[in-house]
Parts: sequence; structure tokens; C-alpha cells
Amino acid sequence: MAFQYDRYIRGGKLPHIWCPGCTYGIVFKSLLRVVDTLAISKDDIALVSGIGCASRLPGYVDFNTLHTTHGRALGFATGIKMARPDKHVMVVSGDGDATAIGGNHFIHACRRNIDITVLVFNNYIYGMTGGQYSPTTPSGHMASTMPYGNVDPSFNIPELAKGAGASFVARGTAYHAAGLDKLLIEAIRHKGLSVVEIINACPTTHGRRNKFKSPTDMLLWMKDTFMPVAAFEKLPPEKTAGKFPIGVLYRKEGLPEYCETYYGLVERLKRQREGRV
Amino acid sequence: MGKIKLLQGNEACAEGALYAGCTFFGGYPITPSTEVAEYMAKRLPQIGGAFLQMEDEIAAMAAVIGGALAGKKALTATSGPGFSLKQENIGFAALTEIPCVIVNVMRGGPSTGVPTGPGQSDIMQCRWGTHGDHPVICLTPAYVQEIFSETVRAFNLAEKYRTPVIIAFDEIVGHMRERIEIPDPGVLPVQDRTKPTCPPSEYLPYDESKGDVPPMANFFEGYRYHVTGLNHGSDGFPVNASPRIHTDELRLLRKVESNRADIVRFEEYLLEDAEVAVFAYGISGRSAKTAVEAARKAGIKAGLFRPLTIWPFPEAQVAALSARVKGIVVPELSLGQIILEVDRCAKGRCRIEGIYRVDGDPINPAQILAKVKEAN
Repeated sequence: MAFQYDRYIRGGKLPHIWCPGCTYGIVFKSLLRVVDTLAISKDDIALVSGIGCASRLPGYVDFNTLHTTHGRALGFATGIKMARPDKHVMVVSGDGDATAIGGNHFIHACRRNIDITVLVFNNYIYGMTGGQYSPTTPSGHMASTMPYGNVDPSFNIPELAKGAGASFVARGTAYHAAGLDKLLIEAIRHKGLSVVEIINACPTTHGRRNKFKSPTDMLLWMKDTFMPVAAFEKLPPEKTAGKFPIGVLYRKEGLPEYCETYYGLVERLKRQREGRV
Repeated sequence: MGKIKLLQGNEACAEGALYAGCTFFGGYPITPSTEVAEYMAKRLPQIGGAFLQMEDEIAAMAAVIGGALAGKKALTATSGPGFSLKQENIGFAALTEIPCVIVNVMRGGPSTGVPTGPGQSDIMQCRWGTHGDHPVICLTPAYVQEIFSETVRAFNLAEKYRTPVIIAFDEIVGHMRERIEIPDPGVLPVQDRTKPTCPPSEYLPYDESKGDVPPMANFFEGYRYHVTGLNHGSDGFPVNASPRIHTDELRLLRKVESNRADIVRFEEYLLEDAEVAVFAYGISGRSAKTAVEAARKAGIKAGLFRPLTIWPFPEAQVAALSARVKGIVVPELSLGQIILEVDRCAKGRCRIEGIYRVDGDPINPAQILAKVKEAN
């Protein structure tokens, strides 16, 4: 039987705001399937976002949902997780939201290794405001604020996350949707901060300016550009130019998780007090 | 019988928060407010509460709102530059109606200014700091004991009206040590947010038909709902159509405006027969009290109006006062901010004289006395 998305989508809240050809719907559906697979109660999830196209996703799903200020989703999410460490806290964010205006919160959430799952929808552009270049816009690409081609070097989000201390880092794409389900399952199961960069397409504000003739071309570009990390690592360096790995790129189990460490301290103080009595 | 302690204003603020049931602090170090964070860092782990030092002031404000939405009473403390950084998220809390308390221990200056000196020049920022029209409650205690009790009141007002509440006091009161009594639990009233009693399927988080302050569900309690900083309908989902935005923003203001009798608190000292009044809050209010006493000794009928609630501004009280005195003297550690409000309410019924100082020192009673004599 086909998956019943309606069980997770809020009645009357569709259609969504995303443009025809946008790949966010693919990721959206993956997230719902994954929550179902993991059998997490809808009451036990807080889905937090900032500002941008990706950040509109929480409005459509029947969880506890919080659509905050630009770049700050991780600050809000950290507060929620510290208040209720027994609950699942997830963040959806775009490339600009997570790594430009929210870059400081991103690296510090990674450093703390707090048990939050962060999905970064990377469509290489500020879509909602009409196609301005973001920290992930490739060099040379056209954007409304780079009308002569992007001169700004770009972030590699998984490397940024790993360098900042995230204990689980993965990358998937909207094209490799089946693989995305598996990555999200692993990310949510992981204890600690997990980052999944999800490559997405914005045909409206990125593709049209950059010689992608159709949304399909952008998906085919994903197919040609991204390959499983195991295969990627076997290639000699001259053959990896312009290619990127997908899959679990970095994982370190057993690192102290922030809430466990903090509430472990609370327990220790409690025992000390009782011992004294 | 409560506990007698010798505490700094900042510490008393932390104690007041704990008395009110605060179990969540998110902050960032900044002079001269840091002792609030330090005190909470020590105390919260002892009682199972959450303490977070975040990566910046913005994240600290965000974490506080997140903690509050997840059911905690949450506090942050900051000073001038940090207060500026928090503004966007303070507006978010106002529009989404998430209760929380923000302490601003005021120092001097625009920019970095005078980090170690007192100031009162954030007082308009307390009212108008975040963009857009929004409700504000701001309290201005002047004594260490009062910082304690007003912090309890700040949490109560935040919970009662589902709104952020600011406590603004200056560096001197924040760092001054005074003897205070911390009452036993139950002596001061402690208020919690009103939660919904309807089934989750019927819950509307911003249902104006439930009154100006609709019940608030915490996250994870079965009432799955949406919170957004966009203007929203009674169900919490974005609305960009007239007339809902207009009527809902009016409701937000009404939460404060129609409850002035409950929110506005002030001290009137020797005002019954006064011919000259001093309007002053915080450390300037303390200097003013001494000046008023000295004026009385000199045969001048002077009195003090000292607001404990500066926002909403005690409009009716100042209007009435202006009708029965010759003049109102307004000493403040700024170049003339709150005097604009006094002037607005006095409507030309009496003289208004300001005393301004922004050099890192307080206004002394002699300065105020001289101006009182002038205004008499």
C-alpha cells in the first residue's frame, strides 16, 4: 500500500509555497516516511526552522512546529532540547539560513554535540528573496546580486560541520531519494548533533540563470555530480574533480552529548547533597 | 520568617527569578549584568534547571524563548550592546506570545560606551527596540529588595499576559549590596501560564474569542500547534490578509493597555501637598528621594513620583500630577529620554525641567535639589 502521507500532513495547509520544479517536496516526503519508520510519536517531535523556503516546511507537518527568525533556529532548538532532553528536536534550514546569518549558531551547535538533527537544504541560492548568492553558490554562478558571476568562495557544509565538531555528518540529494531515507534514519538515531546536507534544486532563481534548461536538468546534474562515498573514495584524485560524495561522510559514536553531560552534572550534585545529608 | 541576606542587585534578581519558579537561563557574558548569569550558573544545576551560556546574545534570547515554549519559566540578562542584539527575538516573543523575562542592567553610551558605569539611556529602547508595533512591559526597580520582588512580579506578568517582560535597572543598583529578606515560598504570589483545557483537536493557540490572553499550551503536551513570527490567524498559521493582522496586533497591545491597573506600579513619596514633583526611577529615584527630603527641610513642598513600571508609562498618574504641581523635575542618566513622556502627559499644565548626565556617574541629590528650588 502506498505510504499515507496524510497522517503527518496538517489538514488544509497544502498547497505548499514551493515553486513548480522545486525539489523540497521530495525531501519533505522523505522526512515523513522516516518519522513513520522510526515510529516516533508526533507529540514527541519539535521541528524548528528559521527563515527561507525550506523553513516553511514545519507549517505543513503535524508535529510541534516552530518557525523562528532568520538564522536562529538552532538557538531556539537548543533551548527546547535543554528544556526537554527526552524529546526529538529537529531543525530544517537553508544554505543561507544555516551557514550565513546562522553560521555562528551552526558551528556552536556542532561543537556542543547536542542531540539535534539538522537538515540543511542546500539549493545554492537565496530562493525566497529572488536569487541572491549564498555561502554555497558555486564560483562563477550567476545570481541577482552577482550579475557578472559569483566571486565569493563557497562553503563545503559537511566539512564545516565536521570541523566544528558535529559527530554525524552526511550528505544526500533530492535525486537520490531512497538513499536519503536511510541517511535521515541514521541521523535521527544518532546520539549527538547530526548534520545532513541535502542537495536541492531551485529552478526558479538558480537554474534559470545558470543554463539549466529545466528542473529535470538540475536533477540529472545531481545524478552526474554526486556519487556514493565508497565509490568516490576509490577514485584517483584526477577523477574526483567536480564530483562530490554522498552518504555518511563522518561519524563518531560515544562522544559526550551535551544534555547528557549537563544533566549528569545535575545528578552528581544531587548525589553529593544527599550524601552530605 | 524569610531569609536575611546581603546581596548585590544582580544576585537578588537571580534569587527573585528562582523564587518565581524560573528553571531556565540562557545568557552571554556582558558587563555589568554578568553576575546574574554567574549566580544562575551555580544555582540552576543544583535544582535541576537548565543553564546555557550561548554563543552570542541572539542565540541566548532564542534559547530562552525555546525553553519557555517547552514549558519552562526562562530568564536572560544582558546590558546595552547585548540588549540591542536581542531585539529581533524579543519581538518574536511578543508576536508569538511566549512568556519570558529579559533583564537589562543599563550602562552608559551608544556602542560600547561605558561598560562599568550606570546609564538610563536604554529606556526608549526598552519600549521601541524591536521593529513593529508590539506590547511591552518594563519594570524599573531601584533597591536590591525591590529588584528581588519586581523580578518575581516580572515573571508573573509574563506568564499572566503571555508576553516578554523587561526589567531595566542601572549598573549602580545592579552592583550595590544591600540587606534583603527573601520571603518564604508562598508569601509572594507566583503565577503560572494558563493552559488549555479543551481537547487538542479544538485548541487554537491565538483564539481571540478566549479573551485577550488565550491559553498557552507547551510543546510536547499533546497540543501540536504551529508557532511563527509571521502574522498569524487564531490557529497560529500565517495570515497576510486584512483585517486579521490589524485586529490581532490591536489585541496584543490591549493585553497591556487594558490592564494598566494591574501592571502599572509606582511609589508616591510626600506628594500629597507637593508643589514641586520629581519624576525619577532607578538610581536617579534614590537620589531624588534624598533631594526631596532636603527640600522639605528647606521649606519647599517637594515630592517624588517613582515609577516601578516604566512601560506602559504611568500616563494618567503623571497627567494628574501635572495638574496640581508647579513643576516636575526629571533627572535621568541620559540626554533626555523619559522626560519626553513626562512632557507628553503633562500637556503644558506645569513646568518640566530635566537634569541629564551621561558621564558614568549618578546624578547627586544636590543637583536635583538645586533644580527643585528653581522649579518652585
